[in-house]
Amino acid sequence: MKRKLNVNRNSAVSYSIVIALYIALSIMSASGLLGRKYSSLLVPVCCYIVAAIGLNMNVGISGELNLGQAGFMSLGAFTAVIVAGALNFHGITAPALVLLICIICGTLVAGFLGWLMSIPVLKLEGDYLAIVTLAFGQIIVNIINNVYLGIDENGLHFSFVNNTLQMQPDGSVLISGPMGATGVKTASNFTAGFLLVLISLIVVYHIMYSRNGRAIMACRDNRIAASTVGINAVAEKTLAFVVSAALGGAAGALYGMNYSSFAATKFDFNLSILILVYVVLGGLGNMTGTIIATTLLVVLPEMLRFLSIYRMLIYAVVLIVIMIVTNNQAIRMKLKALRKGKAGNGSGKGASVNG
Amino acid sequence: MAEENRQPILEVQDLGIDFGGLTAVNNLNMKIYPEQIDGLIGPNGAGKTTVFNMLTKVYQPTRGKIFLEGKDMEKLNPVEASHAGIARTFQNIRLFYNMSVIDNVKTGMHNHIRYSNFDAIFRTGRFRREEKEAQKEAEELLEIFHLSQYASLTAGNLPYGQQRRLEIARAMATRPKLLLLDEPAAGMNPQETEELMAMIREVRDHFKIAILLIEHDMQLVMRICEHITVLNYGMLLAEGTPQEIQNNPEVIKAYIGD
Amino acid sequence: MQFLSYLISGLGLGSVYAIMALGYSMVYGIAKMLNFAHGDIIMVGAYVAFFAISGAGMPPAVAILLSILACTVLGVVIERLAYKPLREASSLAVLITAIGVSYFLENGALILWGADSKFFPSNIFPQGGLTVGSLTISWLTIITIAVCCIIMILLMLFVGRTNTGRAMRACSEDKGAATLMGINVNAIISLTFAIGSGLAAVAAVLLASTYPSISPTLGAMPGIKAFTAAVLGGIGSIPGAFLGGLLLGVIENLSKAYISQQLSDAIVFGVLVVILLIKPAGLLGRKVSEKV
Repeated sequence: MKRKLNVNRNSAVSYSIVIALYIALSIMSASGLLGRKYSSLLVPVCCYIVAAIGLNMNVGISGELNLGQAGFMSLGAFTAVIVAGALNFHGITAPALVLLICIICGTLVAGFLGWLMSIPVLKLEGDYLAIVTLAFGQIIVNIINNVYLGIDENGLHFSFVNNTLQMQPDGSVLISGPMGATGVKTASNFTAGFLLVLISLIVVYHIMYSRNGRAIMACRDNRIAASTVGINAVAEKTLAFVVSAALGGAAGALYGMNYSSFAATKFDFNLSILILVYVVLGGLGNMTGTIIATTLLVVLPEMLRFLSIYRMLIYAVVLIVIMIVTNNQAIRMKLKALRKGKAGNGSGKGASVNG
Repeated sequence: MAEENRQPILEVQDLGIDFGGLTAVNNLNMKIYPEQIDGLIGPNGAGKTTVFNMLTKVYQPTRGKIFLEGKDMEKLNPVEASHAGIARTFQNIRLFYNMSVIDNVKTGMHNHIRYSNFDAIFRTGRFRREEKEAQKEAEELLEIFHLSQYASLTAGNLPYGQQRRLEIARAMATRPKLLLLDEPAAGMNPQETEELMAMIREVRDHFKIAILLIEHDMQLVMRICEHITVLNYGMLLAEGTPQEIQNNPEVIKAYIGD
Repeated sequence: MQFLSYLISGLGLGSVYAIMALGYSMVYGIAKMLNFAHGDIIMVGAYVAFFAISGAGMPPAVAILLSILACTVLGVVIERLAYKPLREASSLAVLITAIGVSYFLENGALILWGADSKFFPSNIFPQGGLTVGSLTISWLTIITIAVCCIIMILLMLFVGRTNTGRAMRACSEDKGAATLMGINVNAIISLTFAIGSGLAAVAAVLLASTYPSISPTLGAMPGIKAFTAAVLGGIGSIPGAFLGGLLLGVIENLSKAYISQQLSDAIVFGVLVVILLIKPAGLLGRKVSEKV
């Protein structure tokens, strides 16, 4: 019974934080308190949170390193661009409807390709598995970076070579190779981002605290023992991988609909790594932590802007120091002792259980 | 006992396995009967754990056959062996260390909980019903193994003796027909061993299953087992009742040496 | 003839990847960590050599030695400050720290040396090349391949024949047991980083001589490629890193020449996926199965 309460508390804390943040930020944004600079970060933060929650499903819950989350985001983003282009061309322009359809399509495409990729990926283990996800991430970005795609009355036109789309005069170019997506009619907004974060959280928590969620974690903790209680590790890991990819796609679709133009190289290896950093700093398997870490780490470079060119250097130092402080045994023990000393001796026991 | 009239639950015929030319187990024949506690003993390196690994299909035998309730297990993998009704514990405990005690047990029920991901995501009535049932069953199992008070504790934080018991509880959650225990009393003090023996008997009486256990504690083996198989150098050395084994000169020789 | 020429220049590129991959692979073998900052050490090595030659007017040989020295010190310092406190931590924590170090080096270089690319001097290696019939192979390519082979052989001898090499192998197998045998594990890890980073400087000079435009992000893509090469060959294996690097360079060059200039990365990584499916632990890696 106790455990059940804990489960509900975990997810309830996440939901409350997300809702509270949404309300607070909406008010601040509407009243101009937030400023243009931070307001423009609201949607990207939601994208990164959704992608990070998805990645945490794979890295934290399933325990498999994935270095290609940005690839799934780019699938979502460019799917959204194509779908939105097609919808606009046929006169469907209501932003909410376009965005909804785009996110659903982005999720499905990334999820489906994630499933296809999981077949080779999950045949491997450890660092070999990780490098194949890196490889797929690179392949996706490299291919999209060379795609030319447009739409006219005859339908979609596709090419790997510039200026060969042969479009009718009424047609419009949607993806233009290294230039990326062009002329996107933006449709994302903070409320949509907030809803997407909430839905992602619900999906991830509901899977985590279910039969398959337990099985996924069991395979992470001890694959051999899991197999002897009748759990098919590949099937369970596939589920985690696909959910992770699909959420990456959803995040990408939201992202794609937030900018009028963006290049495929936006979703390179660095972005995959960035999202991995959010996940690790937030805590493996800890969704609330992921949300907080993502928000802070997206905002931090902006807050450090006054440091001008030293900004990213400081950011790097902060990152290294955080990793050492939170992962070095000796420092952790010292911090624990300090905290215990402050809180008095009686409270030591209760604090350690939820760690 | 009128064993010969009953159908054995597990029958092993001429079982053998080689590792790179080295024969670890050879010509092993065994029969295990329902509701019986069997012991598998032998000196270190006799191949006892290897037998367990073959029975659970973690290793594929090189020769011979394994029949569970008369069905050939040749084509099964470990997952399917579990589905077929064999559960086990490990010599070096293998728990799901980052999960709670009760979740370890519920994970054992994986194949008896019937709902889809759709049910899970939308928290349907079916999900609630099945989870409630799983919770109840898991609590009952923890009760049997005296682990109720630890239900919400992370398994990795359990004391050693309790970890061994939790591993048995998790194995029982798969609703096996045959339970394999690999040195269940290893590292336990006499009092814990005493409790463990009572639990093993209770499990057999309550769930009416067959149990095969590997153990070095001879006192435990002789007191709890109704039938014993002795392995030496991967071969069958002797089998029989505890009494027969205790008085078998071959067995005494193997244990004490020439 | 054309094919042969692409093949040989591919081997040249592959040799640079191989030298970097050797550094990756050795560090992985001993410290069991993916040192994502390795590519950025290469960048630092290139800048040091650049300033030594173009700035201070040193002779190329001195500049190369200086660059090796600088990278060696840098590698050891990074290990001491950033990785050593995390010896007992999860590999993911170390990975993220390495990424932090990578950011640090890239942005440090940006501040010190600016974002615009600099032109690496072309007078380090002899110009022109060796002409056999209609085929001309540049001296740079020949030197690169030769240097790579020599490094590989020296490393094999060092790890296989010397006491220190034996200590390294012991650390790679089991650090606890190695400590009990009286091996100073910390010193061995430092030495590994020193060698790996020194090799990075050699790779830097060769890479910058081939692609003379240097900038703070110069190490990023070759870093990923070298990492890929190390995994392709079987990470932790010295001949594996060598083979993986050469193969990667050849595949990249041939696919650029015959299939598509733009899609060469997709092809390279596609080949990696296929090879790992056939050999899940890389070409020369060994698969360790868990004892039950």
